[in-house]
Amino acid sequence: MSNSPTALHELGVAALARQLRERKVSALETAQHFLARMRAHTELGAFLAIDDEVTLAQARAADQALAAGNSEVTLLGVPMAHKDIFVTKDFVSTAGSKMLAGYRSPFDATVVAKLAAQGVVTLGKLNCDEFAMGSANENSAFGPVSNPWDRTRTPGGSSGGSAAAVAACLVPAATGTDTGGSIRQPASFCGVTGIKPTYGRASRYGMVAFASSLDQAGPLARSAEDCALLLSALCGPDLDRDSTSLDVPAEDFTRALGTSVAGLKIGVPQEFFGEGLAPDVRAAIDAALKEYEKLGATLVPISLPRTELSIPVYYIIAPAEASSNLSRFDGVKFGHRAKDYSDLTDMYKKTRAEGFGDEVKRRIMIGAYVLSHGYYDAYYLQAQRIRRMIADDFAQAFKQCDVIAGPVAPTVAWKLGDKSEDPVASYLADIFTLPASLAGLPGMSIPVGFGAGQMPVGMQLIGNYLQESKLLNVAHQFQQATDWHAKRPQGF
Amino acid sequence: MSLTSADIARIANLARLALKPDESERMRVQINGFFDLVEKMRAVDTTGLEPLAHPVATFQDVSLRLREDCVSEPNMREANQRSAPAVEHGLFLVPKVIE
Repeated sequence: MSNSPTALHELGVAALARQLRERKVSALETAQHFLARMRAHTELGAFLAIDDEVTLAQARAADQALAAGNSEVTLLGVPMAHKDIFVTKDFVSTAGSKMLAGYRSPFDATVVAKLAAQGVVTLGKLNCDEFAMGSANENSAFGPVSNPWDRTRTPGGSSGGSAAAVAACLVPAATGTDTGGSIRQPASFCGVTGIKPTYGRASRYGMVAFASSLDQAGPLARSAEDCALLLSALCGPDLDRDSTSLDVPAEDFTRALGTSVAGLKIGVPQEFFGEGLAPDVRAAIDAALKEYEKLGATLVPISLPRTELSIPVYYIIAPAEASSNLSRFDGVKFGHRAKDYSDLTDMYKKTRAEGFGDEVKRRIMIGAYVLSHGYYDAYYLQAQRIRRMIADDFAQAFKQCDVIAGPVAPTVAWKLGDKSEDPVASYLADIFTLPASLAGLPGMSIPVGFGAGQMPVGMQLIGNYLQESKLLNVAHQFQQATDWHAKRPQGF
Repeated sequence: MSLTSADIARIANLARLALKPDESERMRVQINGFFDLVEKMRAVDTTGLEPLAHPVATFQDVSLRLREDCVSEPNMREANQRSAPAVEHGLFLVPKVIE
């Protein structure tokens, strides 16, 4: 039994790694503790795959390495779960789609393999929107996820299972992916910390592709320090397997933690504080900005004039890339195949009609249309030209500031079902996360208070290219001075 | 701009999706709603701007990498075919395409 006065599930990644290293607790007992919690809280719908045997075998292996005194490996015995968008050898990988129900990958995603190489024990696979397309986790073919702060509300999406499981302490941390905000927005809605690195930092190999020029992996955890540890483990060049992997060495993202933010210039984009921003969210963000001023930072008004345009630009580019990526689901090499068909084309059409959900079909249709003859220039190329303007706007802004801060989302988490009949309403709510995604910049969400319905509010921090260390420290300094990140939902 | 049901049928064919009539109609309304949002984007003057396909191109050269032309992956035919809907003698089965 554990000698620790704090329950295991209340410990973060750094604290757990320390206890494991000091042999105060075994990897096996840690894994068992979390598996029991996961089973006790299936009402959240956070998990799509759990396999005690696989998890416990990994934990026993970690205990052997711990007994052998392996000190090279930083996360030895620390358990976490993976968004089901990452393929795994030992767990079924569905991407939240009926198309991939029961799919067994012959290999592990690079991100999964890199974390395993650092000693991480896998607790299972987490629910998400189908192919990561959604902002409420309601597009999963396997049912929605509930927000642990209020079970009638969405946890956000598409990494909704990841954020809910971390908030409910069912796991110490989880992987997520962010194409247009899918790590930052659920982190904000569930009151946890999450980071999406610079595009190209984390390998996309084995991440089921949605929009290849935008998709990035990152961790969700309960502190910036934990995120820094995990991000250090999961990033790094993967040049042979990901054609857009950055050729920059892996980094220790914890190295800047502890630097004072005195003198730091925080850019505050006026476009993030317009009438679309709910007053309760605004109040929490304003208070957080004041806290930074107390810590010695200076607020600098900046402008990101194409913020609103980022919505149509993203919702042209992402579906265009998705329609191309998802053409691989044809009922031939893997996944679902329709039962009755007259010929090959009919088989494709029926297989795809049965296997994909509504939102995925909508995006494939939009993508096929904007890439089709006669519309390509007017939509797709025009969107890519404005994408350059958006990136240029950030370049201008970073001449005046070190990091950018603002809201992650215009409101707190909405009620499940509220936007499910109106896709455009849900797209509009992505307004503040899309610009950094289109520019490929690193972005975070940290909890900074509560808004309507006592729901968490997340503040977005955006850094310049490859400045994750600085970004994580800016978040860490806030978390050293406040305890919003330590608040837990009742009943967990 | 407004898409007609004929447009939706054409796009669904391009996307290889068999849509039921009520699904097509719902899709038509929703996609037209979406394109109202896109109109703002079309009015932006982007003359002389290079399309940005790859975000990292803004700060680093992203010329395509080539790897050595050698075998790097082991033969994993069985593992790769494990999830296929129909396989025979190591081959993927599809309906007859050539008479």
